[in-house]
Amino acid sequence: MRELTFEDVTVRFGSRRSGTVAVDGVDLVVPAGRIVGLVGESGSGKSTLARAAVGLAPLAAGRILLDGQPITGLRTRPLQMIFQDPYSALDPRMSIGASIAEAMPRGTGDKRAEVGRLLELVGLAADRAGARPDELSGGQRQRVALARALSGKPEVIVADEITSALDVSIQGAVLNAVRDLQRRMRLTMLFISHNLAVVRYVSDIVAVMRQGRIVEYGPVDEVLLDPQHEYTRELLAAVPRPGVPLGT
Amino acid sequence: MKATAARRWTGALRSPLGITAAVLLAAVVLLAVVAPLIWSGRADAVQSAEILQGPSSAHPVGTDLLGRDILARVLVATRLSVGLALLATAIGVTAGLLLGTANVLLGRWIGRWVGTLINIAVAFPSLLLALFFAVIFGVGAKGAVLAIGFATAPGFARLTQTMAATVSGRDFIAAARVAGIGRMRILVRHVLPNIAEPLIVSATMAAGSALLAFASLSFLGLGVQAPSYDWGRLLGEGLAQIYVHPAGALAAGVAVVLAAMAFNLSGEAVARAIGLRSAQTGRRTEHTYEPPPADPEPDGPDQPLLAVENLHVTFPAAGGPVTPVRGVSLSVRRGEAIGIVGESGSGKSLTALAIAQLIEHPGRVRAERLEFLGTDLREKADHRRLLGTSLSMVFQDPMTSLNPTQRVGRQLAEVVREHQGADRRTAWRRAVDRLAAVRIPSAERRAKQLPHEFSGGMRQRAMIGMGVMANPQLIIADEPTTALDVTVQRQVLQLIANIRAAERVGLLFISHDVTVVGQVCERVLVMYAGRIVEDLPTDALLHDARHPYTRALVAAVPDMTTDRNAPLAVIPGRPPDPHDLPAGCPYAPRCLLATDRCRREDPALTTYAIGRRVACWHADQAPAAIPDNRTTVPDDDKTDDPIAAPLGGERP
Ligand SMILES: Nc1ncnc2c1ncn2[C@@H]1O[C@H](COP(=O)(O)OP(=O)(O)OP(=O)(O)O)[C@@H](O)[C@H]1O
Ligand code: SF4
Ligand SMILES: [Mg+2]
Repeated sequence: MRELTFEDVTVRFGSRRSGTVAVDGVDLVVPAGRIVGLVGESGSGKSTLARAAVGLAPLAAGRILLDGQPITGLRTRPLQMIFQDPYSALDPRMSIGASIAEAMPRGTGDKRAEVGRLLELVGLAADRAGARPDELSGGQRQRVALARALSGKPEVIVADEITSALDVSIQGAVLNAVRDLQRRMRLTMLFISHNLAVVRYVSDIVAVMRQGRIVEYGPVDEVLLDPQHEYTRELLAAVPRPGVPLGT
Repeated sequence: MKATAARRWTGALRSPLGITAAVLLAAVVLLAVVAPLIWSGRADAVQSAEILQGPSSAHPVGTDLLGRDILARVLVATRLSVGLALLATAIGVTAGLLLGTANVLLGRWIGRWVGTLINIAVAFPSLLLALFFAVIFGVGAKGAVLAIGFATAPGFARLTQTMAATVSGRDFIAAARVAGIGRMRILVRHVLPNIAEPLIVSATMAAGSALLAFASLSFLGLGVQAPSYDWGRLLGEGLAQIYVHPAGALAAGVAVVLAAMAFNLSGEAVARAIGLRSAQTGRRTEHTYEPPPADPEPDGPDQPLLAVENLHVTFPAAGGPVTPVRGVSLSVRRGEAIGIVGESGSGKSLTALAIAQLIEHPGRVRAERLEFLGTDLREKADHRRLLGTSLSMVFQDPMTSLNPTQRVGRQLAEVVREHQGADRRTAWRRAVDRLAAVRIPSAERRAKQLPHEFSGGMRQRAMIGMGVMANPQLIIADEPTTALDVTVQRQVLQLIANIRAAERVGLLFISHDVTVVGQVCERVLVMYAGRIVEDLPTDALLHDARHPYTRALVAAVPDMTTDRNAPLAVIPGRPPDPHDLPAGCPYAPRCLLATDRCRREDPALTTYAIGRRVACWHADQAPAAIPDNRTTVPDDDKTDDPIAAPLGGERP
């Protein structure tokens, strides 16, 4: 159980003068063992913040801390990320077992057994380890990606729009797996989605992001029932609800 | 996987191209190995008595200036010619690989410089480059090999670089980096295996070109020097005597052409074998099973805008034709909004495309009735005008349907100019007017912009604006808001709803999102495995659906009232493969209520109440068996607060 903290994090693309600021001085705490849902419109900087956490995007300013320790100082990052597109998340030339085993820390004993255990954990049969990604459905691939993230023995997981490319019928299975594992393993999790209903379902805390900044942060029930920021209200009003007239 | 790969390769070998390539290549390699052993004595024997003879039985293509047998010399030269070409290719490929993967290995910064270098080098004609190197490295075989090798490298590097960049952009590389895998391991384990096949093809082709280039250099005297000889030199020697006896000159030329062809054809054959990957090689048993015909909808008092009965869409495939749309019947009346929902691959888009006559060859559309505004679309007439003015399609990705190089206003104006013959001025004015109608701010200025200057939501609105340029009677929208944010989605949905209300336009709205469809449409058609399995009014969707699939689908979507402490409802299994449909109800393998009858007989879509149809043997049991996850909001609990009301179930 670790606490993930963003301290005044800024990420800039392109040059200082003509570039764009994707993340603009973000302060955000993901408390140990909790799920923080991050919502916001596309281009608001959600994915960039996530990529910065795992070292895929360089910081222009600020720090990212794990339990108070700057993350750059750690030799192995106990941090893993799951990506949006299930069709690009797995190497098509590798068996799913090999993909999962690859991320295991050195000195893992019986890798085969561990792969089997992880597959079972995400609800796939252990004997599918030899399967190639193209034999799996999108939802099954996303569960393999989850197993791969877990194989690195992370304490913090960043999940970026992991169900938005999936059909609703499959989305449920992936969300159940995520929530179940998070509770059992007491993982700390940053869960990004533009779908408010999904975020509401999985998260304990919600952060609302707009134009690179966090505009609202708080426990799910409070934020969704009693939003303080104008933009959060706008987002909530836009959630489609069957039968509720659209307005003009 | 291994087995299919093996099948792929044997399949490629059995094609005429594959056979030719394999035979030629085998012959070239065999000659390169054995020819010098057998014929070198004969090739080097100087016979002053037989100088410059024409073809004879002793010398099939004659003799050269020193009376040596030309055929033997050509055969013996195979080893040197092919060997040098392969050596040059190997140098080129290695250098190309090193340069091309610099991005992956050395990081982006150095990679960018290498990239610039490659771009400059590629711009040089390779023969010129070879000549340039020949001057540097000196005239001779060594210089020529290096020259051709380095001339091959830039092209190969460029290819490697682009392909490696594509692979590197994919998430599994990012995942490997997050997992702390080193650059070298990423290159060897993830990047190279994913680009190996096209690289092998192009290396093979490069060998063919190297052979030709080497022959040219030797021919020009810049390559192999006497007393060694390769085909290029033999060609040069022969050419001097071309008028005396042409056969002697041509022999080396034929050899060069044949050997180059062997390499190029092999590359081609391998490329085809790789390209075949997606096609099914195994023969499947043909399965022309027909679902029972659906009850057509009764025509109402006025004639429907669109009437479709028993629509089929079929595509040929290696294992026999597949039919992803199997017997869809629906009708849309003036001003009516109908939604089609279903999982990916259920045939929603194909149904829409078939109605708009946009299914392209080799796809085939078949229907018992396909009428739009009373016109039979099945007749072989030109319906472009009718469809162009009265029906409009809005697709998910507006970028692909707008021309990126033309101003948005002009593209809109084009529609009325083409279909209504309006003059340029009127057309432009109408375009600006329509852009304003779809709430594009400062439409006059925006109309002069290019599509990429619009945001995603604006582009989608412009597409809709284009759709209503010619006053359509029916709008077909295929996932028009899937790529948009919720706030923009709402604006676009409102726009569609307003246009429909103002102009009594019919709407066929396709989406995988049950909630969105429920908000926009009055009636919903649920598709599964290419058929409509339920047809019901939207207000019945949440609590009164009768098909087990509809109920499961609705229950699986979390909304703002879902119980957060219970697991989400899931639908086990996955939709059937259109190549291999089960005999009975296609939902049976995933259905809680499936009985033997379901697995045997396919239920037809039957009417059970006014405006309600369902295709299920046990529809009456479904509501009790598959609960919905929604908390009903009691009537008196409804407030005016738009946020609190839908969350009513959540409040303490
Ligand atoms: N040109 C084609 N050739 C062969 N098969 C095709 C072709 N186009 C579509 N299909 C197949 O037809 C089936 C239905 O496709 P369709 O695009 O209608 O699905 P959809 O319901 O719109 O799915 P999605 O929600 O993913 O858009 C799929 O199995 C698809 O693979
Ligand atoms: S027909 Fe049978 S298998 Fe098909 S949906 Fe109805 S109950 Fe399920
Ligand atoms: Mg579609």
